[in-house]
Amino acid sequence: MKIPVTITVNGKKHETEVEPRTLLVHFLRENLAMTGTHVGCDTSSCGACTVLLDGKALKSCTMLAIQADGREVTTIEGMAQDDKLHPIQQGFHEKHGLQCGFCTPGMVMTAADLLANNPKPSETEIRHALEGNFCRCTGYHNIVESIQHAAHAMNG
Amino acid sequence: MIPTQVEYHRPKTIAEALELLQKFGEDAKILAGGHSLIPAMKLRLSTPAQLIDIANIPDLTGIDDEGDHIVIWAGAKHGEIASSYTIKEHLNMVAEAAGMIGDVQVRNFGTIGGSLAHADPAADWPAVMIAADATFVIASTSGERKVAAADFFQGLFMTDLNEGEILTQIHIPKPPAGTKSTYEKFVQPASRFAIVGCAAMSDPDCNVRVAFAGVSSKPFRDTGIEEALAGDMTASSIEAAANKAAEGVSVMSDHFASEKYRRHIAKVYAKRALMKLV
Repeated sequence: MKIPVTITVNGKKHETEVEPRTLLVHFLRENLAMTGTHVGCDTSSCGACTVLLDGKALKSCTMLAIQADGREVTTIEGMAQDDKLHPIQQGFHEKHGLQCGFCTPGMVMTAADLLANNPKPSETEIRHALEGNFCRCTGYHNIVESIQHAAHAMNG
Repeated sequence: MIPTQVEYHRPKTIAEALELLQKFGEDAKILAGGHSLIPAMKLRLSTPAQLIDIANIPDLTGIDDEGDHIVIWAGAKHGEIASSYTIKEHLNMVAEAAGMIGDVQVRNFGTIGGSLAHADPAADWPAVMIAADATFVIASTSGERKVAAADFFQGLFMTDLNEGEILTQIHIPKPPAGTKSTYEKFVQPASRFAIVGCAAMSDPDCNVRVAFAGVSSKPFRDTGIEEALAGDMTASSIEAAANKAAEGVSVMSDHFASEKYRRHIAKVYAKRALMKLV
């Protein structure tokens, strides 16, 4: 039986119905056709599906859409404003923070959570924050530099 | 992976949640952060017909200083516990362990009550709670009861919780001033669960409590190490005591670590944890 929910995604309110078993990541990708959020491992390990829920990084494969009822979701599609990349996205561009790009949306969203709580993180703090995000190209070095670049651009 | 079909309920109070649980019996599962239950539902290891979502019950959240003990409500998130001033001041190992659970995403939403009730043998909380001598408050429609952490965990994913009961609070006695405590963990790098986790605390009189996660099918207090130490926290005494880690205990073996390797790591991590208390 479908249940009515109101979920705000990137500032836009969606009033719809979901099956209780629908995962948040499938709600985003299939119901809203927002495919920027990726499904990687599907076992809560890799972090490719990371979004922000009320500003906090969340693996969207590990939450039911219905649990996000009444709450605000931010996805990678909500980061750029008016065709201008978010400073974190710009950091990934400047520092070649991606190779295949599959993990990138999750990396950017986790970095957003980190920089909101810790505007000037050390390299160690960045690496600690990325423990739940895997890059199968193993491009961590440039990912860390991308986030440092973004932190500098955002907070001096 | 998509869970099986399920119906969903969102009670506003603990009493409402208990009534629903009573009504649906074994068909129901309690959902809080979902970070143990949802992965299990996706793998069809858990196929509840009814979900009772207690995440929006305000009475189940928060951390309270009650003078001689600290109350952690079951809905407290790992991240919230890791950064709690009250916890850091009195129970360093609880804050340390909280900050080592999973990753930031898991710590943002996973709850201590959910982890304890799930009783994964590789979870961090059970061993920490045994070392801290915690007591759990369990509610049902017929009232509340208390159970010691050491008696709560009964085996692989098995606890003392009965049908119709919800774990609501964790009470941890404040240790004497000057007590040191720590949690050392050998981590599985993908899941970040413990292959071996060692919780240890020592009061100013060198009364030591040690407990392990990940080593056996249930968390356990290692009285062998405690007795071998006999209050002597010198490096040589710690070395000798740590070598008794998990003696007489059935040690798990899996594709991450053989029994022999796990036993070895338990000794190494016991030594590391105890040396941090000196």
